[in-house]
Amino acid sequence: MMHGETAPPGAAAPVFYQTDEEGHHSEGSTMLGFWLYLMSDCLIFATLFATYGVLGRSYAAGPTPKDLFDLPGIAVNTAMLLFSSITYGFAMLEMDRDRIKQTQIWLAITGLFGVAFVSLEIREFVHLFHEGAPPWRSAFLSSFYTLVATHGLHVSVGILWLVVLLVQLRKHGLIVENKRRLMCLSMFWHFLDLIWIGVFTVVYLMGVLE
Amino acid sequence: MSADAHHLTGHGPETHDSHAHSEGGHGSFGSYITGFVLSVILTVIPFWLVMGNVLDNSLVTSLVILALGGVQMIVHIIYFLHMNTKSEGGWTFLALIFTIMVVVIMLAGSVWVMYHLNHNMMPMDAHDVMNNAR
Repeated sequence: MMHGETAPPGAAAPVFYQTDEEGHHSEGSTMLGFWLYLMSDCLIFATLFATYGVLGRSYAAGPTPKDLFDLPGIAVNTAMLLFSSITYGFAMLEMDRDRIKQTQIWLAITGLFGVAFVSLEIREFVHLFHEGAPPWRSAFLSSFYTLVATHGLHVSVGILWLVVLLVQLRKHGLIVENKRRLMCLSMFWHFLDLIWIGVFTVVYLMGVLE
Repeated sequence: MSADAHHLTGHGPETHDSHAHSEGGHGSFGSYITGFVLSVILTVIPFWLVMGNVLDNSLVTSLVILALGGVQMIVHIIYFLHMNTKSEGGWTFLALIFTIMVVVIMLAGSVWVMYHLNHNMMPMDAHDVMNNAR
């Protein structure tokens, strides 16, 4: 409305709109596109959740969630991911203030929490294997490993991405491109924490209940 | 085309809003802390309910922890992913609503259909399997 009033209704006006739209578009379309990717990733997890929902009680006379799951361990895992979410948030706030050192520190802390999460998950899987609960033991375990490991794989890729971005930050600083990348990873990271809510609720807590 | 849309919705406030969003699109310190505290509470309660065997009825417990999980997801979407109905001209919100719709249909439909399928199958236990194999 303001442009419409100030710019004369001649040839200058469309050019004015054009640059405005371009500037807005290139920034916005990346975020929108990445959001759409996250939504499609959400569908992958939804199919895995549905599979687990259907097969999660088919124990084939094998071990049940009650025999296997260690809830205090899962609570620690959950805390790791939640802490990493808030530290990534702090990194984004420092990025907004253009303080690269603090951004890097918070990102590094986020990465460490992520590594802790993945290590605990691997340790849990090794423990389950020793307990005689590998993926091929029952349909429940197949769907369990597929769902949880897909999430763990996402977190691992997120850590790799984080390391790459730390290198980029050191080389190029807080340039516009790096900020955009950090914002994408931020969405990815928080999204994985969101999926984990579903995992610990449906798989671990509800598994132990029955 | 999008210039037309801007005219229709009012260009001034729209530009201002999207500009403010792209600069401060990560929320404030306060909003992160709010989200974190809410998440901690919404995580501790379901763990406490299950580990402490607080409610006798396991069906009620599972419904409660499912509801708490759903609420925590919404908290994450608002405070960590900074979702609102305005960002990107509403397209992210539209995509989110569509995804939720598909996910709900898929999850509820799969569990419902497969539950009834299991029910209507002839009972077949390990004994039958061995007889059939013979």
